[in-house]
Amino acid sequence: MKIIVIIKLVPDLVEELSINSDGVSLDSAWLRMIINEFDDHALEQAILLKERKPAQVIAISPDYDGVDEVLFTAIAKGADQVIKLKGDFSNSNNHALARGLTPLIQEIQPDLVLTGVQANNDQDGSLGPTLAACLNMPFIGYVSGVALEENSVLLKKEYPGGVLSEIIVTIPVVLGIQAAEKPPRYVAVSKVRQIMKTSTIEEKQVSELNNNGGVKITRMFQPETNSHAEMITGNPEEVADKLLSIFKDIGVLK
Amino acid sequence: MPVNETAQNIFYERIQESTLDGEKLRNCLQCGNCSGVCPFGFVMVYPPSRMIAQVRANRFENILSTENIWMCVSCYACSNVCPAKIPITAGLMTVAKEELLLAGNVPSELQTALENSQRYGNPLGESPRKRADWTREILPEVKIMGKYRQPVKFLWFVGDYSSYHPRVQQISKSFVKILNALGIDFGILGPEEYSDGDSQRLAGERGLFEMLAEKNNQAFCKYEFQEIITTDPHAYNALKNEYPKLGISFPVRHYTELLFDLIESVRPLLNHPINSKVTYHDPCYLGRVNDIFNQPRQLLKEIPGVQLVEMPHNLKNSLCCGGGGGGMWLDGFQWEKAQIRLSEWRIQEALGTNVDILAVACPYETPRFEDAAKNIDKTGHLKIKDIAELLVESMGI
Repeated sequence: MKIIVIIKLVPDLVEELSINSDGVSLDSAWLRMIINEFDDHALEQAILLKERKPAQVIAISPDYDGVDEVLFTAIAKGADQVIKLKGDFSNSNNHALARGLTPLIQEIQPDLVLTGVQANNDQDGSLGPTLAACLNMPFIGYVSGVALEENSVLLKKEYPGGVLSEIIVTIPVVLGIQAAEKPPRYVAVSKVRQIMKTSTIEEKQVSELNNNGGVKITRMFQPETNSHAEMITGNPEEVADKLLSIFKDIGVLK
Repeated sequence: MPVNETAQNIFYERIQESTLDGEKLRNCLQCGNCSGVCPFGFVMVYPPSRMIAQVRANRFENILSTENIWMCVSCYACSNVCPAKIPITAGLMTVAKEELLLAGNVPSELQTALENSQRYGNPLGESPRKRADWTREILPEVKIMGKYRQPVKFLWFVGDYSSYHPRVQQISKSFVKILNALGIDFGILGPEEYSDGDSQRLAGERGLFEMLAEKNNQAFCKYEFQEIITTDPHAYNALKNEYPKLGISFPVRHYTELLFDLIESVRPLLNHPINSKVTYHDPCYLGRVNDIFNQPRQLLKEIPGVQLVEMPHNLKNSLCCGGGGGGMWLDGFQWEKAQIRLSEWRIQEALGTNVDILAVACPYETPRFEDAAKNIDKTGHLKIKDIAELLVESMGI
């Protein structure tokens, strides 16, 4: 059983984002990248599967600033092999990434490809479905539980309104992980540091990055305010009178 | 049967090593003082004395299979009362936490704080670039070493909560006023300062502690200063006792030590009386661990109008606020187990002493005690103030 996990790094929202002077992209000078939270869950799910049945977990990530630490952490958590996809991903979208990953994934011939169900920089749809189309595999998204069977997997898929379904799908399949069955585990810093000394990250050059099929961004901007909340002041009676008149004005009271 | 024999052998060796070849543990009289004084001993399946008994009987797996150890707030109360002088906090509790943490067995609240410390250099998960934002509107401008690029006399290690927590930022601003009133030349590292890492170390994350210490050392080595001062007893403990073990050695004073040493200059500035009954809470890492009991009390006594009274638990026997050893980041976990917060006990004790002001000297305490006071009936007029805030009030600045 071979399980591939695709790990994307996305802008860390702890830092304030600023827009480039071109008006259509983020200013990368102050951008700090962090593992996409859903990809962290995808990795955890893969390792949970490996702990139940023999499996080889291979984590693949495009080459972003800070990716080495993320990949070494993946090894510390239990990944068997980590691959850094080399190339300039600064202006590439998910269509380009899916196309770029396809030959590498086809070469590995995995039984499962786990992706995070979404990422905060998915401008042209999430990665999973596009990747599945490139690989000619089925895709199931919003998955929150995976059990390995003989030639299939039994999945739990989440729907809005608290509805769950169980789906059996023949492998190979691409999954969009909503949540692993357990929260992503903690690895001690000393363990990651040890791994950094003893493990290696494989590197593969991406053949091409083709953004075709994605969206064209015409304007990127901070949310703009056009009206403000009105603060009502005064003693309780004055406030009540004012509220009544507002309710009448907007038509909820006659 | 042991869960994992190799891990346990390593654990056993480490405990032996950290307790003088186990000699110290063999000296345990099983008097139970440690378990009695432990503020959370009553909810632990294996309070300290029973832990020692298990270790001596080669049954560590029993300890490691409980969540017992995450109730330890590293307050040193157990180590302090031990007649056999067993280093229980450093040698046993911290080592057991390290063992659990290496196995990935960490309560999720604590995990978040550790991940934040690793990524952002502070357990609150705030932007490292904003570490000095609290100084923005202060005049004269607080010197940030990276910008100022000149030697200063004192490098103020501000710390996490003093930099980011809105309530504790007020205390930081008060301390700036005091330093300026005394004409003291100081600077801060701002974005180049990382968490001191001491509480993370005591929560079992030694590797993270070492990483943070190395990063702080890089900043220390970049700039010229004569001495470090800090408002944070945890940072003080790290800089004074733990960083030197990693070869990072700088003279350091807690701000209450510095102001006490400058008492002749401080005294004439204390012109406005604070006519109040005040009690003082000894922070564990200032008092019990580092023997600084007198200086904070003397500073309070210098304030005209202050009547200093003691709570039943004071000095070496002070009651922990519950924030140490990772307790800051285990609030829900510990409350679930104990149904009480240590900070609430302390507030009740302050109320029992019938004081107007509970004075503190650690950045964990003001928010912890103010939150606790909200949970307790009839806290009435009790105010929680850092000594720095009281000094500023009396200076009228």
